[in-house]
Amino acid sequence: MNPETLAIVVSYATPLVFAVIGETITEKSGVVNLSLDGSMLLSAMTGFAVSLTTGNVALGLMAGGLISSNLALIVAFSSIRLRLNQIAVGIVLTLLATKLSAFLGQDFVRKPGPSVQDLHIPVLGDIPAVGPILFQQNLLVYSSYILIGISFWFIFHTRHGLNLQSIGERPEAAYARGIDVNKLRYFYTALGGFLVGLGGAAFSLDVKLGWSDGHIINFGWIALAIVIFGGWHPVRAALGCYLFAVLQLFALKLQPVLPQLSQVLPIIPFPLMIMTLLFINHRKIQQLVLKNNGFGRFISGRAPSALGESFQRL
Amino acid sequence: MKIYQGPIYSYSIAILVAVVFVSFLLALFEIPIFETYILLLTGSLGSTTKFGDTLMVGVPVIIASASLVITFKAGLWNIGVEGQIIAGAVAASFVARELQLPAGILLPVMILAGALGGAFWGLLVGLLKVKGGVNEIFGGLGLNFVATGLVVYLIIGPWSRKGIASTSGTEPFHQNAWFPTLEGFRLSPLAVALAFLVVFIVIYVFSRTQFGLKLRAIGLNPHSSYRFGIPTSKYLLIAFMLGGTVAGLAGVTQVASIHHRLVPSISGGYGYLGILVVLLAGYRPSLVVPIAFFFSMIAIGSIQWQLRLGLHSSLGGVFQGTLVLSVILISAMRLMQQRRNKNSKVGD
Repeated sequence: MNPETLAIVVSYATPLVFAVIGETITEKSGVVNLSLDGSMLLSAMTGFAVSLTTGNVALGLMAGGLISSNLALIVAFSSIRLRLNQIAVGIVLTLLATKLSAFLGQDFVRKPGPSVQDLHIPVLGDIPAVGPILFQQNLLVYSSYILIGISFWFIFHTRHGLNLQSIGERPEAAYARGIDVNKLRYFYTALGGFLVGLGGAAFSLDVKLGWSDGHIINFGWIALAIVIFGGWHPVRAALGCYLFAVLQLFALKLQPVLPQLSQVLPIIPFPLMIMTLLFINHRKIQQLVLKNNGFGRFISGRAPSALGESFQRL
Repeated sequence: MKIYQGPIYSYSIAILVAVVFVSFLLALFEIPIFETYILLLTGSLGSTTKFGDTLMVGVPVIIASASLVITFKAGLWNIGVEGQIIAGAVAASFVARELQLPAGILLPVMILAGALGGAFWGLLVGLLKVKGGVNEIFGGLGLNFVATGLVVYLIIGPWSRKGIASTSGTEPFHQNAWFPTLEGFRLSPLAVALAFLVVFIVIYVFSRTQFGLKLRAIGLNPHSSYRFGIPTSKYLLIAFMLGGTVAGLAGVTQVASIHHRLVPSISGGYGYLGILVVLLAGYRPSLVVPIAFFFSMIAIGSIQWQLRLGLHSSLGGVFQGTLVLSVILISAMRLMQQRRNKNSKVGD
């Protein structure tokens, strides 16, 4: 693969990186926001519409993030306050937000609009081979690098990150140590939702410009699959996004040669997700593949223990 | 006083909230509100033909919802219902394409094949969960996309139309593979009969049989059911297979009574719509038929909205989604309030 192709891979993967890291953070706190497919569509539409009307791309990205953040809060509220099943609310929100995006976005279909401007980083961009791939992109892409690094550092190497993990693993223990479990869950669900929305808006403002009905449909489900493939680890999840972007590009190139295969390639994240889950949950398969080496440890992973369960203090 | 606590009260408030929200959207786009609601009624119930169309759309929704009741009662989130509908449709299409039989034999064989196809796809989700520890939500979701991929592959690959490279669908089936219709209607009595039979069986199983009772027990508490001596894994696998069987029938009606060929979006999203129906029905099989019918009214009505008022076709879905969201949120709020009131009384 030549550098130009790899540069495209990096830029294709960027919106997914935001969404996947956002959902990883949310799930780390013990909440499943299953509304991704709908919320990303709604934020893609909102992001584009706001950017087009105000002429300001940054405002569009913000708006996309905020709307998705609010949807995520509905999931958190109905789980924490109303003790409703997160899955149920997530699915209903997905379907609702998908239709809502089509209805509210009807006046913006196939209109030309603004997009995120390229910004080459002077010194880094001139490094041979790596420079054109990583540093001749735009601010959004650079932010995604920073996000990968910061989320990894935050989750695994700070006190707040430790608290985040504890409310998703053992909420009772966290509560006993004086952590306000539900307050933090609200916060991280909203934060994760915001990143998911940024991802949605990044699609319509950078990768798949503009808006049409069902513009980025199924990308939310793909993001949810990659969260699992990534084993709830932000760096691995980001790698999953790049891998998916490679597959996507591959499918695009195969289109004229092998149309049948290229139509089927985009579903690959799903069998991969199932295999990852099988691997994570099935002791025998695990023992078969890995014998306690570094690679094995890297590809194994575990869902937060209290994922999807609401926490009520007595 | 009683009425303020009952579910009817919550439902009314929730419907009111949904109607207000949709009216607000209509006002936002400067669409006449009253006319829109009237058109929903006249468009879906206004004549016998329209009523027939509504019922026709209702059939797969009713069957898919009945399938979901089975798995929901067992405490399973069978998102994979969509894939099971597709698998049923593919299996029935295979029979319709490959076998040259008179309608009287072909149709039962198609129905059987669809049921088996759905059962197989359901069993896959079940095995992944029971034997592999893969949560049924993600296993089912993954298999939905695999099924979609399979359909697209078949349509552009082995089952493609001669000389046309198109993703629009396969060649239409031979007339023998079509469900017979009444004169002047697109509705097939066979499809309607199938839907009601399925619902009747599901109601019967859960109200009158040991099996249904045990499945419900597992749904309420799998651990204590296991200790009580119910072979939980076996029952869950059976629930997945039964759910798949029924969902496969929805696929059969899609190919044999609506499209008469295999198209990429063969499930029509009715699996997901079924989830909304079942959530709204509170998992009660007896409520599935009226709610699925009401949802079909909205679906048919929104086609009229598009034709007559030029409204966007998504409005029907917005209405359905808002309705379900407000019903589950408001019911839960009422429940919390009642619980709190009870607790404070105990405190006195």
